[in-house]
Amino acid sequence: MSLKGFHIVFITLSTVLALGAGAWCLWIDSMHGTPAFRVGAIGSFVAALGLISYGIWFYRKMKRLRIIT
Amino acid sequence: MEIPYTVTARPDTGLWNAKVGIWLFLASEVMLFGGLFSAYVFLRLDADPGAWPHGLLNVPVGTMNTAILIASSVTVVMAWASLKMRKFRAYWWYMLVTILCGVIFLAVKLVYEWPQKFDHFGAFIKKDKLEKYEKYLGNHHLAEKGLAPRTEVSGHLHNKEALHDESVKEYEIAMDPVNADPTNPAMDRPHFLYVPPTDKIATIEKEDVEYANMFLPKHSAYFASYFTITGLHGAHVLGGVIVFTYLWLPVGTKLYKRNPEHLANRVEVAGLFWHFVDLVWIFVFPLFYLL
Repeated sequence: MSLKGFHIVFITLSTVLALGAGAWCLWIDSMHGTPAFRVGAIGSFVAALGLISYGIWFYRKMKRLRIIT
Repeated sequence: MEIPYTVTARPDTGLWNAKVGIWLFLASEVMLFGGLFSAYVFLRLDADPGAWPHGLLNVPVGTMNTAILIASSVTVVMAWASLKMRKFRAYWWYMLVTILCGVIFLAVKLVYEWPQKFDHFGAFIKKDKLEKYEKYLGNHHLAEKGLAPRTEVSGHLHNKEALHDESVKEYEIAMDPVNADPTNPAMDRPHFLYVPPTDKIATIEKEDVEYANMFLPKHSAYFASYFTITGLHGAHVLGGVIVFTYLWLPVGTKLYKRNPEHLANRVEVAGLFWHFVDLVWIFVFPLFYLL
C-alpha cells in the first residue's frame, strides 16, 4: 500500500474516532449534565465533518495529479 | 556495485526495496503494540470493581495532542506530494511543520502530562482500616448509592521523606478533591480533567497503609500500562522526528538535487512509519483517556 492509500485509511479511522468522541461527549453530558462536554461533542462532530471533506478533497486531488505509487 | 530497486520498482513485484522493508517492520510493530493493547484490556477486565482508575487523564490535553498528530499526518503527505510535483520549497515547509508537530506532541507529554503524575501520590488503605479514614473515603455514601468503595487517599505528598525514611511514621497528603470532599455527589463521577489537589491535609499512618507510592509505573497495573504504552509510543514519535529532521536538513537537499525521486521514496517510507505511529495514538486516546 502506498502512502496515499494509508493516508486515506488513516483519515477514515480518524473520522470514526471524531464521531466516537462526539458520541462519548454526548453520553457523558447526558449522565452528568456537564455543558463543557456538549461543546466537546459539537467540536468533535465539526472535526469529523472537516476530516470527511478533507478526505474527499485529498482523494480527488491525488487522482487528478495521478500521484499513485 | 549499485543496489537495484532503490528508486524504481521491481517489475515483477511492483515494489522498491524500502517499501518492502517498511511494511515488514510495520507488521512487527503491529504485533508489539497489539500485545500491549491486549495486555491492557485483559488487566482492566480482570480488575476489581472501582479499582481501575477512570477519568484520571486530561481529555482536553489528549484531544489537542490527537489533533496535532492528525495534522502532522496531513503535512507529511503534503510534503511527499510536493516532492512528487518537484516543489522543493513547499516540501521544506510541510516537513518543518511535521517536525514541529512531533516536537509539540512530545513536549506536552514530557513537560506537562507525565510530570503531573510523577508529582502525585496515592496511599491504599488496608481493608480493616478503611473505617478509620471514612472522612476521606466516603464509603458509606458510596454504598448508599450502590457504587464501588474507595480504598486510596491521593494528592500531593507534603513530606516526601516519608517515602524512604522509616522513622517518619505518617504520610501528610494535600488531598485531591475526591478525598477532601468525598460525599459531594460531584465526586462520585470521573472528571476527565486535571483537578489540582486542595490545601486540606490528611495524615495517614504508615501502618494503616497497604501500599503507597507516587503515580509511577510501580503504583498500579494501570500506570504500568499507561507509561509503557505511551512511553513506547513517544519513543516512536521521537524516532520519526529524528528521521524527518535528517531528511529536512541539507542532506535531503543534496539528495533532491542528485535524484528527487529517491528523496520522495525516502519521505514516503518515513511517512508510512509516521502514519502507523499516529494510528497507534488513534487507539491509545479512546482506550486511556475516554473509556
